[in-house]
Parts: sequence; structure tokens; C-alpha cells
Amino acid sequence: MEIIIYGTVNSAIFALIAVGFTLVYGVSRVPNFAHGSVYVLVGFLTWTLLNDLKVNYAAAVIIALTIAGLLGLVIYRFVLIRLRGMATSEIIASFAVSLIILEGLRMQGIGGFKGFIGPFYMLRPFVEGKSTVFGVIVDYQRLIIIAMGLIVLSLLWGFTHYTRIGLSLRAIAQDERAAMMLGINSDRTAMLSLTIGSALAGLAAVIILPLGNVTAEAGYRVLIYALAVCIIGGLGSWAGAVLASFVIGFAMKLSTFFFGAMWESVVLVGTIILILLFRPSGLLGKQKELEERV
Amino acid sequence: MRKKRLDRGVRARTEGIYALTSWSEMGYLIFPRGVLIVGLLVLPIFLDLYGQRVLCAACIYALLALGFDFLAGYVGVVCLGGSLFIGSGGYIAGLLNSHFGWPALVTIPLATVGGALFSTLILIPCLRLRGIYFAIISFMFPLFAVYIIIALNIFGGTEGISALDTLPNSWVELYLIIPILLIALFALRRLVNEDMGLILRGIKDNDQAVKASGIDITLYRTKAVFTAALIGCFGGAYLSHLYGWLGISLFAMDFSILPIAATAMGGMGTLAGPVLGALILTPLSEALRGFGQLRVVLYCLILIGFLVYKPEGFLSYLQRKYEQSEHWEEV
Repeated sequence: MEIIIYGTVNSAIFALIAVGFTLVYGVSRVPNFAHGSVYVLVGFLTWTLLNDLKVNYAAAVIIALTIAGLLGLVIYRFVLIRLRGMATSEIIASFAVSLIILEGLRMQGIGGFKGFIGPFYMLRPFVEGKSTVFGVIVDYQRLIIIAMGLIVLSLLWGFTHYTRIGLSLRAIAQDERAAMMLGINSDRTAMLSLTIGSALAGLAAVIILPLGNVTAEAGYRVLIYALAVCIIGGLGSWAGAVLASFVIGFAMKLSTFFFGAMWESVVLVGTIILILLFRPSGLLGKQKELEERV
Repeated sequence: MRKKRLDRGVRARTEGIYALTSWSEMGYLIFPRGVLIVGLLVLPIFLDLYGQRVLCAACIYALLALGFDFLAGYVGVVCLGGSLFIGSGGYIAGLLNSHFGWPALVTIPLATVGGALFSTLILIPCLRLRGIYFAIISFMFPLFAVYIIIALNIFGGTEGISALDTLPNSWVELYLIIPILLIALFALRRLVNEDMGLILRGIKDNDQAVKASGIDITLYRTKAVFTAALIGCFGGAYLSHLYGWLGISLFAMDFSILPIAATAMGGMGTLAGPVLGALILTPLSEALRGFGQLRVVLYCLILIGFLVYKPEGFLSYLQRKYEQSEHWEEV
């Protein structure tokens, strides 16, 4: 029972982390390597707003998410838009942006900036306390993660299926040329997808980070998790990403339970290599299978 | 008035078949290559011990940049994890040296080939896919390697292994890596103009057409990755013997990002450009060592600046200036 509940929590964490990355990649075909850095940045922003500027928790979260969204917009508008279509440059540029943010956060001594180093940055949980579910003790924050995972996924599903903007995002994802002929602006949609994707990364940060410390190093780990989920699920596939988060979430929980926590990354690497060997386009990567295979 | 640019005749005569007509044309061609070769070979004599160490590091980064440029510019495979090559080469050389006590003369070649085989083998699964898979996987492996080494506490864990054999003196250190850098550079330049290079460039531009010609794409991409890995792993093996130490910082982000910045700076697809870029960026980053993380931020800013505002890189610019004659003329 414990494995099922904590496995579900883990899976929800993976789904929340990966959903923004999948959205951006699916729509604009830009692998947003800055995903993990936005996640960490929002963590530190919220912390600063809460502790240094004494802002209300909800207001701090909203401000931080807005900044994250704007950051996504700026990244697209000033860097990526000039490199659209050049896959090599897109990857390198977004990777460089990510490094600028992550290493910039750790930078010391420029203009009195001390740098966010060390385990002193903690966000407090939304609701303190624990409860018992099916005889297993779970704290409220973990339950909130599961609930928020469900809410975010269903809201996104509704957004992309029933609103005009959401439908245009999907149209660009499916067939860019046909969508452009119908009057959908490709650049504006891609910009929007980056904005939403970054805000989603920030949302994931706000929900997940109260479980532990905020550290700049976590950015790389988060990016890796998002990439792993997307590769296993199939790049750009929504259902695949959700399925993959469950696969990874449970695989890692099981490996922790049976072999110990240190085998987690080994299991993750193993899963990725196996998936690439036997289903190179991921579990549900049907849509673009032919385009991706060589 | 307008500026008139004309290609020099020698450029047209040396593009495909070399049809040189005079010693001065020969000199014209040899001059830039000669400056690089002689410059690199003579430079160590004018440097103090610290400068020589920086030059060694610069050469390692130059090797990595060369491998990156070869893969990205000629095969269309973007490798974000140069540190994977450094790490696997360095660990194999160091472990052979510390466990079996083999001398550097044996471990460096073994680690070069062994590390290249290892890194190619783990990268093969994503070579059957187009697009960004290779970039993602090659970015993930060095980070995973660090997690695994720390988690399982193997190969010296977080502290690494020290007291490996070092190279006898700084002259051996320098005149081992400089000729190898030059050989790698000119060999790769030759390779991309041979038949194999033609196939590789074909794969980059239109893999379906190459496949339709009955050529096994995956095999050629594997060969290309192995070539780049050989170059990188030599750098790693050399590095662990240079400092007599190995540890998880062999998988550090510096080894991945500086070569990419050097390539963007020098010009993608020029091969010599990345080498020059690395020779410029490494001393710069040494000078900024005191500022900690500022270095990485700086490479990234240079990288983005060149990608966005000067995508051809400075070597292509210089080359154009060298190969064209310009003058103002009345309209």
C-alpha cells in the first residue's frame, strides 16, 4: 500500500515537471532546456518574496509564476525566434540560457549578491500536518501534489480541446503549414507555448519544492527528469508523458524499496536505454514516429 | 562610392582540384596554416609554468571543440555532453594506472580506445533517431554518471583517486598534446573532404536520400561518433595524467559548455575555428577563475551572442576577408 501511495505521489511529481516541457516541445519543436532553470528560479523567487519582502504566500506564488511566464516569453522573443528551424542552434541556445540562469543563481559577490548556495532555502508547505490514507501516513503536501497533478492535467486537457487558443496550439503541433494557412500565427503560438510552459514549470516548483530544499543543482535534476519522461513517453505526446511518469515514478519507488535509494538513477538510465532500444520513439510516440526514425 | 568585393583567383583554383601556378600562390595557401602550426609549436617556449598549464588545458578544450564541431557541423548530431568523453577516458586511464600500476604510455592509448568504445556503445541506442534525441541523451549521461558514482561509491566516490602517475615534465606534457591536436585537426579536415565526409554531410542534409543509395546511415553515424569520442577520450586520459588525479569533476559542465561556446565563436563547420575559439576562451576563463560561476555565465553569453548576432563565427569572417579583395569604386 505504501508503495502504491508514494509511487503515485512520485508519478504526480514527474507528470507536473514534464508537462510544461512536453507542451513546449509539442507545439514549437523547441526543446526548452531552460525548463529546469525556470523551476529553480521560481523556487528562489517565491522564497525571496516570502522572506525578504514579506509578501503573502498566495501573492508571492502568483508574482513568481507571472515572472516565469514572462521569462519564457522573453527567451522566445529575443533568442529563440532568431534561430527557429535551425535545430542545432535552438538546442544550444536554450541550453545556454538554462546555464546562465542556474549558474547565475549561484554567482557570488557581484553587486553584493550573495548567491543561493547551501541548504538554507525552504518553502513552507501550504498546509501543515499529516493524515492517514489506507493505513499509510502521508503529509498533506503530498496529497496536494496528487490533487494538483490531476487538476493541472485536466485543466490543460480542457484548455487544448475547448478553447480557441488551445486549439491553435494543437493545430500548430499537428501540422504547422496547414495551421498557418488557416491564419494561425506560428511565432505567436510558439511564444505562447513557451510562456505557458515556463509558468507550468514554475507551478510545479511551487507545489513540489515544499517537500525539500531549494538548491540550484536541482535544476539539472529536474531537467533530466523532464527529459527522461518525455523520451520514455515519446517526445511531444501528452498521454505518453503521463504514462511515462507513472512508469518512472513506480520504477524508482520500487527500486528504492527493494534495492535502496542509491539505485534510483541506475534504474532511470536503464529504463531510458531499454526504451530507446526496443521502442525508439517512446511508449506512445506514434504521431511523429516516421519523422523521427532514420 | 560603393565597396566592391572580388574573390581572389587562387580561391577558385583551390576549391576542388588544386591547380596552383606559382610559389606565391602556394605561400598564400600555406601562410594561415603555417601560422597556426608554427605558432602552437613555438608558443610554449615563451610561456612560464602557469601559462604552459593553461595551454595544456586549452588544447584539451580545443580537442573537445573539434569533436563537437565535427559532429554538429558535418554529421548533424549535437553532442551536449563533451564531459562524457573526458570522464570515460579519464576514469579508464586513472583506474588502469591506480589498480594495475600501468604507466601513462600504456594507459593513455588504452583509455582513448576503451573510453571511445564505451561512450559510443551507450550512445548507440539514440543514433537510430533523428532530431534532438542525441542532444538529450548525451546531456543526461554525464550527469547520471556523477549520480551513479556518488550513489554506489565506486571509483573513489566523491573524493576521487589521487596520486596517479604524472607525465615526466612540462615539455613532454606540451609536446604530447600539441602535435596530437594538430594531427586531429588536419586529419578531420581531410576526412570531411573524403568519401566518408561526403556521406556524413549527406546524412546531415538529407538522410533519406543517403539511405536510398543503399548506405547504412546508423553505421556511418556510429563511426562519426566514435571518431569524436576518440578525440575527446584522449583529452580525458591525458587530463587525468596531467593532474595525477581523477574525480567527478571530470564530468563537470565546463567540459561540455566551453567547447560549444568555442565552436559558436570560431564558426560552426570550420574545424579550425573551434580550435582557435578554445585557445582564446580558455585563458579568458582562467583569468576569471576567481569569480566562480561567472565564468560559465560568461561563456553562455558569448555563445548566445555569437549564435544570434554572428552565426558564421569569426573564422569564416576572417577567411572571407583573406580570400577576397576589396576596394572602393565610383558608381
